[in-house]
Order: sequence, then C-alpha cells, then structure tokens
Amino acid sequence: MTAGGGSVGPVETRFFTFAEPPTGLPLECGRSLGPVTLAYETYGSLNPERSNAVLVLHALSGDAHAAGLHDGEKTPGWWDDMIGPGKGLDTEKYFVICSNVLGGCKGSTGPASTNPRTGRPYGLELPVLTIKDMVDAQSRLVESLGIKKLLAVVGGSMGGMQVLQWMVSYPDRIRAAIPIATTLKHAPQQIAFDEVGRQAIMADSNWKEGEYYGGPLPSKGLAVARMVGHITYMSDASMAEKFGRRLKSEGEPGKFGTDFEVEGYLRYRGDSFVKRFDANSYLYITKAMDNFDLLAERRLAEVFRGLRARVLVIAFKSDWLYPAYQSKEIVKACKLAGVDASYCEIDSTYGHDAFLLEVEEETHLIQHFLRTATENGHGAREGERVSDEIRAQNHT
Amino acid sequence: MRAQGIEIDAKAVLECVEKGLSVFQEDFEGGLSGYPDGSFDYLILDQSLQQVRKPDQILKEALRVGRRIIVNIPNFASYSVRMQILFGGKVPVTPALPHEWYDTPNLHFLSISDFIDYCRMRGFAIESSAFVRKDKRVKFRPNLMADLGIFLISQRGRPQTGQLPPGSP
Repeated sequence: MTAGGGSVGPVETRFFTFAEPPTGLPLECGRSLGPVTLAYETYGSLNPERSNAVLVLHALSGDAHAAGLHDGEKTPGWWDDMIGPGKGLDTEKYFVICSNVLGGCKGSTGPASTNPRTGRPYGLELPVLTIKDMVDAQSRLVESLGIKKLLAVVGGSMGGMQVLQWMVSYPDRIRAAIPIATTLKHAPQQIAFDEVGRQAIMADSNWKEGEYYGGPLPSKGLAVARMVGHITYMSDASMAEKFGRRLKSEGEPGKFGTDFEVEGYLRYRGDSFVKRFDANSYLYITKAMDNFDLLAERRLAEVFRGLRARVLVIAFKSDWLYPAYQSKEIVKACKLAGVDASYCEIDSTYGHDAFLLEVEEETHLIQHFLRTATENGHGAREGERVSDEIRAQNHT
Repeated sequence: MRAQGIEIDAKAVLECVEKGLSVFQEDFEGGLSGYPDGSFDYLILDQSLQQVRKPDQILKEALRVGRRIIVNIPNFASYSVRMQILFGGKVPVTPALPHEWYDTPNLHFLSISDFIDYCRMRGFAIESSAFVRKDKRVKFRPNLMADLGIFLISQRGRPQTGQLPPGSP
C-alpha cells in the first residue's frame, strides 16, 4: 500500500441542527445551549452494517472541509492527502465524517452565530465551551447518521484531544482511536502561546469586547495571533530550510517593513487567516484547549480504565509544540489500564505541522492499523498466531 | 492471550503494526517503566541483554514487570570464539556474534557460566535452560560447545502462577 490515490472529488458541506430549546445541549459549565448546528462533510459510503464509519476531528483552525473540492474552489480540504480512494483513510472502504467543532465559525454554532433570544450574534454571551462539549455534540451527529459504533476516531493536535475525549466519554462507541501529536493536558508553555494569541486579539482596538460583528474586524490582532501560531507549528530546521535569511525580492516601504522572506510569509498567512476565521472563535477554542485536562479528576492509571478499543498513538520527533513526551504519557496511561495500544514516533523535521505533511509514513500506519482493527477485534489475521511474549529488541 | 512489544527500529515497528500486533516505539529502559508490577506472565529479552547499557537494571525491571523472563544470550566462551582469540588474536566474528568490532551493537560480552553465576548472585531462579549450536541442542559442556544460551528465570521465592509453556525442557 503506498501513499497516492485519488481525490474524493466535489463535495458539499451539510448541516445538522439539534438540541432545540428549552432542553438544549447540556454543557460542562452547567448551562445548556440550543439550538446547536454542526457543519459536516462525509466521504465514501456507509456499509449496510454501519460498521465502517471513521470520524475525523480537526485542529484549532480546521473545519468540516477535510477533503475534496467545493464548487469553484482550487484548494482541496485540509486533509485531502489522507482522505480519498486508496489513501490512508480509504473512501472505497470507509465512510469518513468530519464535522466543524462546536464554537467554530465555519457553519457550526459559535460566537458568530445568532443568539435566538436576542437576534444578535452571541459574541461573548456564548457559554464557555470545552473539548467534552465538542465531543458530546459530535456524538449526537454520529447518532443522527444511524451509527451506533464508530470504527475509529482520528485527529491531530486539538483533533487528538477530541480523540482522547471520545476514549473517555464514549469508550463503547468506538472500536479504534488514533490520537496524533497531542496531549492529555496543555503544559504551561502551550497555554502561554495561546494566551499571547488571545491578548493580541483583545488588544486590537476593533475587538470591542467581542462586539465587532457588522463593523470593522479585529484583523490585525487575529493576524498576529496566527503568526505566532505558525511559528509554533514549524521547527528551527524546517524554517531554516524554507526561508533561510533570504530577502524578499521587493521589500515593503518603511523602516520596519517586511525585508525577509519569513516575514513576508508570516504576514501573508496572518492576512489570509483573518478572511476565513472569526476572532472570537479563536478565543473560545484556544480556551477549550487550555482547559482540557484528563488528569484533573483522575489518576493516570484510571484515565482509560475499561477501554476496549485499540489505540494507535502517533508523535513526531521534531514537534516541539506537542513534544513526544506528552504522547508517551498517553501511552503510559494506556499501559497502566491494560489497553491494547501501539506507539509510533515518526522521524520528521517539520515540527508540529508534520501531522499534516508527513503523509507517507502516517498513511502506512493508519492504513494497516485500520485494516487490522476491521479484521477482528484483536487485530490478528485468521490462522496467524499472536506471539505470547514481549519482544524487547534494542538496536543501536 | 495478550502480547505487546517494545521496539526502537521504525521499520520493525511498522511491520508489527502491519501484523496487527501491539508495539511501542521506544527503548526498553523507558518502555518497561510504564507497566505496573507483574503485568505479564512472560517477558522475552531476545538477544538484547548484551546490547543494553545497564543489563543489571534491565533484568531487575524486567522481573518486576514479568513474572518469568525468557532471556537468550550469545555465549562468548564457545570454543569457536576461544579459538579465534587464542590463535587469531582478533575479536571473534562467528554466526552467533556476526558483527565487526567497529560495527557491533553488543556492549557486553558474557558466557553461559557468567550468566549462571550472575543469576545465583542476584537470587534469580533458573527454572530451565537450553543450549544451542547451529540450531541443534547441546547437552555436553555447554559453556564450551554452545553458541547460544536460553534461560527461563524468575525471582527466587516469589510464588508463581500458571504452567510452563508446553514443550519446555
């Protein structure tokens, strides 16, 4: 099986609305929210047993459009390399679902959505949201598609947090889980980077305590937040390779304009981000990531107790934003709970972005892991004896 | 029956995933520490004891995580090794020790007798053993004749549950 394969072709985002008031969706903060809409896309077909569904969870700035092309679009979905016929998430075999998270701004209920009680956008009146709330909402979407048990949940970064939350909140509704480049909880350094991004947005004079809808957007603040984000997604090595100290062919005027290519790149990324992302969503979503902590009320050994799903934990060597030691903690929690898990640390110089860019190795791992998860519950092929030992081999 | 592996080589890890085996890509100094006591009935150290930096610590840790260990070692006192050093004056290269001195993962060089003495010193019970030369069992003077020693050991005095695997000596 190799990386490659075709495209899912033209796709359309769909919308699922549920949790109408007065009940609404109960949130972790104690309040409830309703109605809730989740934007989602699906690729491939659900089999008659409804046993081949794979739920893809997106990261901070992602959305439901994970693969294929929208009408008139030239750039495909954010994980088009991984989702499609013959790809890692093979749409000839699996029914792949991707939904925009609760709190997002690409069709799901978030701070930019209209508050039914006031007729205006929620803004900061939207209750505080958590990763658990996002996952609870997704479980309703999955239910509505008639799926009792997902074959797998897979995602990187914040998507990986959602995978871990699925493992804790709905252990019996998943057969396999693939958390990639993620953590059981944010360390102070991760919270610090998120806070810088939030402060940049809130320092923008157009932010106006979140009440900017209909007026000028806090674009400069959001662009700076995005620039900081981009730096954390790359590595020293990948930036040196991509930019070096090369100067732009045409610098911008002014004493502190963009002279270096890296400066131009960051400006460009910041400016294009603000066209597609809501500043308040950035605040809500980064807060949800910072508040995520599976060890807050449990000991490490208890986190995945009773989980019968098979787990594949993936980390990348040069990822300094979500370093491998955090994935190793997830692995340790699995070992302590007797979970059937595997851990792979992929060699890469891309940094945190590797989970989107290091396609070939990731594809191999995911393809095989899903195939063995489908074959039978314990992953062994018929007639092949699973050895009854731990093999410890250390190659220098 | 539950089995897990610890493996540092990326290609080997991928092979395990392809076969649906549970495998952790780490070295076992770190890898064993994640397990609670007595997690496994058997733990195998397959020709790796001589490659780790601290074999003493690894064996202690292995006997914490596994109730019994199956460990095999190349025998540095086999006659072919002795001949090469004695007559050739060079570090031996044999089928059981195939690497050149500049290219070997082996850090420690021990004999079957060394290992038996070591187990006695550390209070490990050798429940059974087997010695091999060129895929044939060796019964006569194994420290001289065998290339490989295979031992089933456990902590002396610790109650054991479960039967030995079928076909054990």
